Amino acid sequence: MAFVLWAVATILFLIFRLMPGNPLAAYIDPTFTEEQQQALIARFGLDKSLFEQYLLYLWNLLQGQLGDSFFYRQPVGSLILQVLPNTLVLALGSLIVAYAIGVIAGAYLAWKRGTWIEGLGIPVVLTTRAAPEFWMGMVLLAVFSFSFGWFPAGGASSPGAEFDGYLDLYLSWDFLSHLFLPALTLAIYFHGLPLLLMRSNMLDVMNEDFVTMARIKGLSEFSVVVRHGARNAMLPVMTSFAFAVGYQMQGSVVVETVFSWPGLGRMLVSAVAAGDYALAQGAFLLIAAVVVVMNLLADLLYGVLDPRVSHA
Amino acid sequence: MPDTPMATAGMTPAARRRLSAIGRAFRALKIPVGDPFAVTGLVIYAVFVLVAIFADQLATHDPLEILFTEDYQLAADQPAFGEFILGTTNLGRDIYSQMIYGTRSALIVGLAAAAAVVVVGTLVGLFAGYMGGWVDRILMRLADIAFGIPFLPFVIVLAAFMEPSIWNVVLAMALILWRDTGRVVRSQVLTLRNRAYVEAARVSGSGSLKIVFRHIAPNVLPLSLLYGSISIGWAILTEASISFLGFGDANAVSWGYMLQDAYASQALSRGAYYWFLPPGLCIVLVVVAGFFISRGYEEVLFPRLRS
Repeated sequence: MAFVLWAVATILFLIFRLMPGNPLAAYIDPTFTEEQQQALIARFGLDKSLFEQYLLYLWNLLQGQLGDSFFYRQPVGSLILQVLPNTLVLALGSLIVAYAIGVIAGAYLAWKRGTWIEGLGIPVVLTTRAAPEFWMGMVLLAVFSFSFGWFPAGGASSPGAEFDGYLDLYLSWDFLSHLFLPALTLAIYFHGLPLLLMRSNMLDVMNEDFVTMARIKGLSEFSVVVRHGARNAMLPVMTSFAFAVGYQMQGSVVVETVFSWPGLGRMLVSAVAAGDYALAQGAFLLIAAVVVVMNLLADLLYGVLDPRVSHA
Repeated sequence: MPDTPMATAGMTPAARRRLSAIGRAFRALKIPVGDPFAVTGLVIYAVFVLVAIFADQLATHDPLEILFTEDYQLAADQPAFGEFILGTTNLGRDIYSQMIYGTRSALIVGLAAAAAVVVVGTLVGLFAGYMGGWVDRILMRLADIAFGIPFLPFVIVLAAFMEPSIWNVVLAMALILWRDTGRVVRSQVLTLRNRAYVEAARVSGSGSLKIVFRHIAPNVLPLSLLYGSISIGWAILTEASISFLGFGDANAVSWGYMLQDAYASQALSRGAYYWFLPPGLCIVLVVVAGFFISRGYEEVLFPRLRS
């Protein structure tokens, strides 16, 4: 895992340093004198050789130093940690809804194998997976925010609203009404994965001997499907949750932009657009770290929940 | 059936061999023509391919030209189903024509990216699986790294540093998304390499390259195409996202460009559904067509699911 993170950090460094353009272009004012410019270049370590810069970069990363944002003139670490909770709330909230719907609907569709409900359900689910998240967000925004006026059009809270601490903020009506549409967008997009996974696992499990045994014992259909079938079919779906968190961090980039949601993805986009290299690098690395950790967690969980898969 | 005796009667043996080779190739691809999902998907693709080919004939205006009404007023914000089929943008550009031309860039990006993903992924899978040893270890380590790179942020960074172009998406997909195809093809190759017919080829003196490409590759091809048909959709979604975020080519009309234009021009608050619904629906149709075809492939490849 450390190896993958190191490789990702190195690739990122190479992309940022080998591409044309002066990384300080956004920082240096045209009115600066030559000496002032040189002083700045030295302060950011850009006068050293590429290899020295690389070692310095790795050393700083190890210490958790991500440098200063050229644009905000603040440490990158504190900037991205400020917006990280917003992204996590959005990603986790939408995923929990998506998995709740996906698991139940997936089991239901497996139970209805071969009926018109399945014939209709599968294409509908595939279509929601095919719709671009940002477009889905645009449509929801146009309908529920602009046409009906039910929800605010963007941001995470109303201007001027004040809260005592995170818990108060996240439980406030104002925050939740801002959260609803972006979370719904992501939930619509993402429920297809757990749904299809649950359905195919259900189809496998329902053919196993212990399910037949449960039927022979004369248990009710509900008990057979839910207590014996669904509980076992859910294991792989649950391990995919960890993987999905990492994936959702990437998917939230566009949705956060559509809804002006002050999160990590939107910060990455605006930092790249503004040429704020340090900030873009930091945001990218944090997203990559979440992806790598979650992939690893998914692997480990799989081994814990299903002991037949071992990593020995 | 090209190789029935009736059809091949009167041909030279060489021509017959050629024909049966083509027939074999078609059957080897296992194009799922029996599955209703797959057929729907193939029909949708066919329609979009025709639209892309005949875009010049189908479009009513130049997609980027600023249009004027007959009384020399700027033809801005015209609603749909009037003088202009799908109305006009806030700068007086014809939405319908943009949509038609958008088909072209979507299909070019989709097919090129899918081809890149399939070629890179299949080659990686074939060599990692067949060679084993250090080749396998290096290639699978590279796949681990590719799995650790968040794809969309990577495309954003890449697109921001390169010249704006639709090829950035193709490049990024070739660099990252071969990972899924590569791993799946590798595990398939692992089950094939010890089969008796491969053993026989090895004993009779075939070289590694010949065994890989002639005896193993044809058997993993349907699997590669399954991933290819999903990649087309991925590429189109990615290109749309990148254009929407403003890192696309502003001179190439694509569906993502149209959506970005609509979003930035307050089409949402003005309720200009005729502007942002059509390009989104086109994306949904093309992508879902890929999903349908891949589903058809799955049923052919894994008939156990059929029951």
